[in-house]
Amino acid sequence: MHKALVMKADACTGCHQCEMMCSYGKVGAFNPAKSVMDITIFDGGAVNVPSTCTQCEDAWCMVVCPVQAITCNPATGAKEVSAEACVGCKVCSIACPFGAINYDPDSGVVSKCDLCKGEPMCVEACPTTALAYVAQDSTGYERMRHNALLAAGL
Amino acid sequence: MHYVIAGAGPAAVAAAEHLRELDGDAGVTLIGVQSQPPYSRMAIPYYLTGKVGEEGTYLRRTEDHYEKIGIDLMCGEVVSVEPGTHQVVLADGQQVSYDKLLLATGAEPIIPPVPGMDDPRVQQCWHLEDAKRIIELAKPGARAVQVGAGFIGCIILESWVLREVNLTVLEMGPRMVPRMLGDKAGSLLQSWCESKGVKVHTGVRVSAIESSEEELQVVLDNGEICPADVVIVSTGVKPRLDYLGGSGITIDQGIVIDEHMQTSVPDVYAAGDCAQGLDFSTGKTAVHAVQPTATEHGRVAAANMVGANNLPYKGSLNMNVLDTLGLITCSFGAWEGVDGGDYGELYNPENFQYINLQFKDDVLVGANSVGYHQHLGVLRGLIETRMPLGPWKDKLKDNPVLLADAYVGVNQAALQKAQ
Ligand SMILES: Cc1cc2nc3c(=O)[nH]c(=O)nc-3n(C[C@H](O)[C@H](O)[C@H](O)COP(=O)(O)OP(=O)(O)OC[C@H]3O[C@@H](n4cnc5c(N)ncnc54)[C@H](O)[C@@H]3O)c2cc1C
Ligand code: SF4
Repeated sequence: MHKALVMKADACTGCHQCEMMCSYGKVGAFNPAKSVMDITIFDGGAVNVPSTCTQCEDAWCMVVCPVQAITCNPATGAKEVSAEACVGCKVCSIACPFGAINYDPDSGVVSKCDLCKGEPMCVEACPTTALAYVAQDSTGYERMRHNALLAAGL
Repeated sequence: MHYVIAGAGPAAVAAAEHLRELDGDAGVTLIGVQSQPPYSRMAIPYYLTGKVGEEGTYLRRTEDHYEKIGIDLMCGEVVSVEPGTHQVVLADGQQVSYDKLLLATGAEPIIPPVPGMDDPRVQQCWHLEDAKRIIELAKPGARAVQVGAGFIGCIILESWVLREVNLTVLEMGPRMVPRMLGDKAGSLLQSWCESKGVKVHTGVRVSAIESSEEELQVVLDNGEICPADVVIVSTGVKPRLDYLGGSGITIDQGIVIDEHMQTSVPDVYAAGDCAQGLDFSTGKTAVHAVQPTATEHGRVAAANMVGANNLPYKGSLNMNVLDTLGLITCSFGAWEGVDGGDYGELYNPENFQYINLQFKDDVLVGANSVGYHQHLGVLRGLIETRMPLGPWKDKLKDNPVLLADAYVGVNQAALQKAQ
């Protein structure tokens, strides 16, 4: 069973450390705009919700890609984008119903969470327990995702 | 069990792989007319600009992919389907028997019925071979006229500009991409193209192409003449159905399929650009001719072929994203709105930005956007899940940019309720 990135809104303080580290890992600069982990702030900071790709099994992005630029890393289960193969057509970015894969005009290819090859930098950066990278069954992660999908009617 | 698939594009390959996953013992045969490995039409524009080589257009990246997972690739053209004997016939006379058949022969370009289209300097942009020919013709400084500014036209347009040709675009509709973008969005796209040095004429029809040795002359119905060294025709597509005569399979705009992707004939299914399947937004059937519908069709068809029609399809959401010389536009679902609906709009022409959200009650049903590229997928998420937006609807009407926030907010609320 792969480990999963678990996000808990109730423990998130909205400090954006994860976004900073994520962008650093992705593009080598502290620039939240390039982060693939997103913190959405509601009610002036009363509620902060972390979100990123949940690495769906039959990922929409992976299935729709016309050139097999998105593949599953068997070690982590992460759906990874090959920058060499991606032609930048963006069709994955409209096909993902979570909005979790996005085009980067600077690189000409899309970017998404790849779990940093099994050592997610956002988790390292998080000063609280809002982000954790743990075995899926121990966290009820699957149940959480199941509930989310049920709620979303998927 | 032997599954046979006619065609070798994205719908066919998605289906073949899913058939293989679901039924490990069955034979899966893919019959494609091209000699090269299955490739993506969608990747042709990037081949034209040199972003990828020919291999970069292939649907799968390893040479032995199909062999390795036990999919037989056959090169040949299917010329007839005989449901009575459960056979397809190829152009060379070979007969291939199937237990279940998937028709995934895609679409072909529509060539306007006007004189002069047969000159070799008039090119469509459909096959890899067309792309190779265009690369020869579209030399820097050449005068190129593109007939048609539909969605494919607006994607390939960039290829000509990057090849430094002198480009004029002619569109018969009242604006660019008339079937995907509304007035404001289409006009923004047009002024964007013009600001990049492309001449765009809308509301004009080509009545003939006259050729001499030196040049082509594109004659318009208003009497104007556009001289050209190369003409690219991109005037829409139609399903490829020529091989179905006598098969008894019901055809309307495309091959009519039910919610299990089955045609009117038992054991014969259809998927992708050739199929007229259920549309999520209208509940009626339509030919979408876009990649997301093609791959989804392929997978759903495979599941029903294996599982004896036990996976009804909710229909595909028509969606599209274009990058035209750096301006990104997209459309989803009922972007023109629905009866009794309501909308929110942001229009910022100085920055080439536009969002139009269409609602039915407090549910998002369609959208257009110009100049945005972040989190576009949530539009699909919100439309397909029919999530009630609650208080977010008014916030979105005030400020459509809050889309991604609305998506997270609505999901968060639903999650809390479920726990
Ligand atoms: C230039 C261009 C750009 C595009 N850009 C986009 C885009 O950005 N986004 C998007 O969503 N869509 C885009 N599309 C559309 C997208 O490519 C199609 O929707 C998709 O390819 C449909 O897949 P398909 O498998 O149904 O059909 P096709 O891709 O057409 O594949 C059908 C295959 O079957 C073969 N075939 C046909 N008839 C027979 C026969 N009788 N016997 C054997 N083989 C046969 C064909 O040669 C072909 O290889 C673009 C298309 C083009 C041409
Ligand atoms: S943008 Fe890249 S990864 Fe996404 S579908 Fe297109 S080629 Fe594949």
